[in-house]
Amino acid sequence: MTTIVTDNCKGCRFTDCVTVCPVACFHYDDDMLYIDPDTCIDCSACIPECPVQAIFEGDDIPEDKEHWIEINAQKSASLPVCEEKIEPLPGADDRKSELGF
Amino acid sequence: MASLGNPDNPLLVAIVGSGPSGFYAAEALFKSDIIAKTDLYERLPSPFGLVRSGVAPDHQKLKQAIKLYEKIAENENFQLIANVNIGTDISIEQLKEAYHAVIITCGAETDRKLNLSGENLDGCYTATEFVGWYNGHPDYRDREFDLSGETAVIVGQGNVAADVARILSKTIDELKYTDIAQHALDVLAESRIKTIKVIGRRGPAQAKFTPKELREFGELDNCLPFINKQDLVLNPESKTELANKSNIGNKKIYDLFCDFARNQSVDDKSRRCEFHFLLSPIALVGNTRLETIKFEKNELFGDAFNQSARGTGEILEIETGILFSSIGYRGVPMQGVPFNHDWGTIENNAGRVTNNGQLVTQLYTAGWIKRGPSGIIGTNRACSVETVNNLLEDLNKFESIKSRTGYNQINKILQSKNIRPIYFSDWIKIDAAEKKAGESKGKPREKLTRKEHMLSHLDSK
Repeated sequence: MTTIVTDNCKGCRFTDCVTVCPVACFHYDDDMLYIDPDTCIDCSACIPECPVQAIFEGDDIPEDKEHWIEINAQKSASLPVCEEKIEPLPGADDRKSELGF
Repeated sequence: MASLGNPDNPLLVAIVGSGPSGFYAAEALFKSDIIAKTDLYERLPSPFGLVRSGVAPDHQKLKQAIKLYEKIAENENFQLIANVNIGTDISIEQLKEAYHAVIITCGAETDRKLNLSGENLDGCYTATEFVGWYNGHPDYRDREFDLSGETAVIVGQGNVAADVARILSKTIDELKYTDIAQHALDVLAESRIKTIKVIGRRGPAQAKFTPKELREFGELDNCLPFINKQDLVLNPESKTELANKSNIGNKKIYDLFCDFARNQSVDDKSRRCEFHFLLSPIALVGNTRLETIKFEKNELFGDAFNQSARGTGEILEIETGILFSSIGYRGVPMQGVPFNHDWGTIENNAGRVTNNGQLVTQLYTAGWIKRGPSGIIGTNRACSVETVNNLLEDLNKFESIKSRTGYNQINKILQSKNIRPIYFSDWIKIDAAEKKAGESKGKPREKLTRKEHMLSHLDSK
């Protein structure tokens, strides 16, 4: 099982997920969040928190998003941990409506 | 004197309850700008609350949250004081005299009752006691569960109900390499249960499982998930609910139920876990032992996302001698702390304890005893952070109370009462003993399930 953040987070980075992560496994850059697969315990608390449904777990990962497994593992390894909610990226709300949420 | 929260004059905080909320409250204090010496009290000899004794033994990955708690425990300002019962060994008043602030994070320790006559018949159990028993919680060590009947009924459709159903559905081979307590494994090995009925009062579009928990029923070695196809027919309001893009969780649950219904034609498994809907228990019938449960059929009423169940008058009887009620946990009042009996929680405003709306100085709360038994491990992190932020806002109020001596004062009382506190360094020894005992069986640990056995690993060398 792996839980991953995917492209819907790009340009949003709402970080609601971060507040309910029991193990602080989210990392971030200027685009989005990534989950460190070695720290994540697959509790799925973050999944319903995401306002743009960017987070998927194991069997629910759509085929066209499977490459995000690798991206999450690589990016999280070198980026800082996001431990608290931070301001969403500028334009996040517009992007959210664009995505249909 | 330096102002409160500096190395020379640290804020002294007692936290009551060492489950996730307690550890997250400690973490939030350590991350703050001030110095807070934090003593975490626990009535059992072992820490970690429901992560140890609630999370199912076949969900070992979830239990890895403990790794984070172990890290928090390494902070120089952290101290675990387990095997001390706040409310009986030490009063809340005594804690308030010893510390600047007290955060109560003792969780919801009992269950909501069905409130039906016959609830005391043999064979009527609660999910709480069953979960505590198979997880080796000392309070439930000597409970007895008679699993000799062929049908077991579970009332409730949340994740705890799913855990109970799954433990009853699994083979011994699927359980024996987990950290399930040996006494439970022995009883489950003799189980004659063939049919498990998981019953909800609302419909398949309103079940409270998480998709991940439900999906596991499709992956069992020897148990088939089963649903009557006609139960999957939805009323217009439920269709509206599932069509809403934001309600993806319930949509996934419903789709899983549909998958189960499609794949149940080949029944080559010896057990069956059935999901039933729109039924409320109204009577538990039997002489000394449960024999029959009477259910009233329900219908949904109300607008989409606000639908409730109401009885139709139609009665359905299920013959069974085994019932597990799993309709939610409930907090237990603590002496000296205002309690909201309707909600089963400590009366509070965003974590500040109140009494008839008036703030109670020094007292705070977080976790299930603050907001009720909902949400999973991580939900408590945000909850504890909110409470600690409010506590830190009140810092100037603590400046005016006279100086505190913290654990020194409490320790004297413990000594006078001959109580042996268990510190984190003691727990590490117990933890090592459990892991060692599990090794030969291929289990992550064999839990010590009696207080005296845990204590026997201390002070011996």
